[in-house]
Amino acid sequence: MTTTAPGTAGPATAPATRRRSWPALTGAALALVLALLAGVWVGALPLPPGAVVVTLLDRLVAPFGGSVPGGLEGTRAAVLLELRLPRVLLASLVGAGLAVSGAAYQGVFRNPLADPYLLGAAAGAGLGATVVIAWSPVQSVGPIGIVPLAAFVGALVGVGCAIALGTVAGGSHTPTLLLAGVAVAAFLAAGQTLVQQANTDDLRQIYGWLLGQLGNSQWSDVVLVLPYLVVSGTVLLLCGRALDVLAVGDDEASSLGVHPGRLRLVVILAASLATAAAVAVSGLIGFVGLVVPHIVRRLVGGSHARVLPMSLLVGGAFLVLADLVARVVLSPAELPIGVVTAFIGAPFFAGLLWAGARRR
Amino acid sequence: MSAGGPTSPGGARVEVVGLSAGYGRTPVLDSVRLTVEPGGWLAVIGPNGSGKSTLLRSVLGFHPHEGQVRVDGVPTSGMRRRERARSMAYAPQAPVLPDGVLTRDYVTLGRTPHRALLAAPRAVDREVVADVMDRLELGALAERRLSTLSGGEQQRAVLARALAQQPRVLFLDEPTAALDLGHAQQVLDLVDLLRRQDGLTVVSTLHDLTLAGQYADRLALLSDGRVVAEGTPADVLTAQALSTHYGARAQVVHGPSGPAVLPVRSAVP
Repeated sequence: MTTTAPGTAGPATAPATRRRSWPALTGAALALVLALLAGVWVGALPLPPGAVVVTLLDRLVAPFGGSVPGGLEGTRAAVLLELRLPRVLLASLVGAGLAVSGAAYQGVFRNPLADPYLLGAAAGAGLGATVVIAWSPVQSVGPIGIVPLAAFVGALVGVGCAIALGTVAGGSHTPTLLLAGVAVAAFLAAGQTLVQQANTDDLRQIYGWLLGQLGNSQWSDVVLVLPYLVVSGTVLLLCGRALDVLAVGDDEASSLGVHPGRLRLVVILAASLATAAAVAVSGLIGFVGLVVPHIVRRLVGGSHARVLPMSLLVGGAFLVLADLVARVVLSPAELPIGVVTAFIGAPFFAGLLWAGARRR
Repeated sequence: MSAGGPTSPGGARVEVVGLSAGYGRTPVLDSVRLTVEPGGWLAVIGPNGSGKSTLLRSVLGFHPHEGQVRVDGVPTSGMRRRERARSMAYAPQAPVLPDGVLTRDYVTLGRTPHRALLAAPRAVDREVVADVMDRLELGALAERRLSTLSGGEQQRAVLARALAQQPRVLFLDEPTAALDLGHAQQVLDLVDLLRRQDGLTVVSTLHDLTLAGQYADRLALLSDGRVVAEGTPADVLTAQALSTHYGARAQVVHGPSGPAVLPVRSAVP
């Protein structure tokens, strides 16, 4: 984190640099690239950094008929291209998706405790995954694994139920929607526990999924989530300025020409789609969606036009590094990545809170 | 500080006809009829729960209602939301001041109806914002976080945000609710100055009757959701009306700048 200096000055001395988002964005993009490179360099089989870069360049120019000599050969090339690269890319996509969704949820609910799992996405995905792990006779539908598919559908069903219930009960009133989310999540989580306890043989696999994992990442997973994340991410980034307007309250947003209900629905749908896609391929990875937006706010201030793109980049870098730690610490065994995100994220966040309190 | 500068498109005439509204099955407003001339200042007064805020929120279209609101003869129900936002600005009683937002960024939100929602502020937006902030003496606070401003400064920032919309009618819901007397007078003096310089039409609720009597040129007394008296402050603020509609014992003192209401204690037994 080399970008802490400009954004963290006290309120009275807040410099004009705070208003420029390019330095922070460039820094975050650089951090993401470095994290991605570190992610492919480090592992049970260390790969020489130079040769890794050459190999990647070679593959990049190959479609255009070019070639760069001196890359990795044989097993090492396979480890890089078939194991590490898809895993690292998937980690960055999942982290980016969860973080930008978390920032968006916190924005629409004007609630700093909101995270992407708030409206039942996690509970729905958990129920879906548990049901198919326990009972499904097939392992996949076409090229798509049955567990990601069920988790994706479950997450969308969970959020859909919460939105439907919240709308019926309270229109576009956000506290009602939050409570609807709590009710739906509790119900689905209870259902998940029920199915899980009835099928104790599958406990290990179910827990493995619930804790979040990127260990079996394949290119097909990357291809699976990419379209959803691109669409959702684009929509959310475009909504940044509108979310800044929504932040002043529904009445005032209306008086400024914005439709609060409509905007909220668009943002929630986009964020939920990103969350469902992320959850489908990685399970329930906690903390990223909650904490990354807060870290970002401390760097660039409260404007969503800046927080959303920064969350995307920082979230991606954060999860790649967390996955790296998960692979390395107990090598050759792996920690569940959800454990790592909380283990690194919580103290880091506590430190930020502490530093913030001392500044005031 | 020139009249007719970039922030002053001039005031509009506001007509409210047969406006009724409620919460669920509870009626709150009953066929309210009001007219505000261009450049006028109408203060809606009335006891707690008489429907003042609901009236303002209905006129602005935030609250479902029956009846019609016209701005310069054009019904607002037919306007698009952005169009409406270019003619009517609103400062609520308890504005939400988002965390960590700088004063200038907050005031810039007022430019939202004038540009595409996805677009960055343009040069003209920055110009209007700078001009408004100068007029409201917020220039030195531009880079400060809103949450670090004092109550009076925050109220000025909210006012600046509304004025950056370049509205033709300014709606203020209890603009002085959170302010002490001196700051209340400063804010109302400022509103009056803007009104005189730009010809802006002002519609406000005010629970402080003396301030209402001193600043507004017309008063509408709302009681149980009906307008029971409308006219000049001297016409509306009478000891009889205060006794009937507020259940208050008060004396009305007529000074050079308008009537003042003096509460009177009942005889000590």
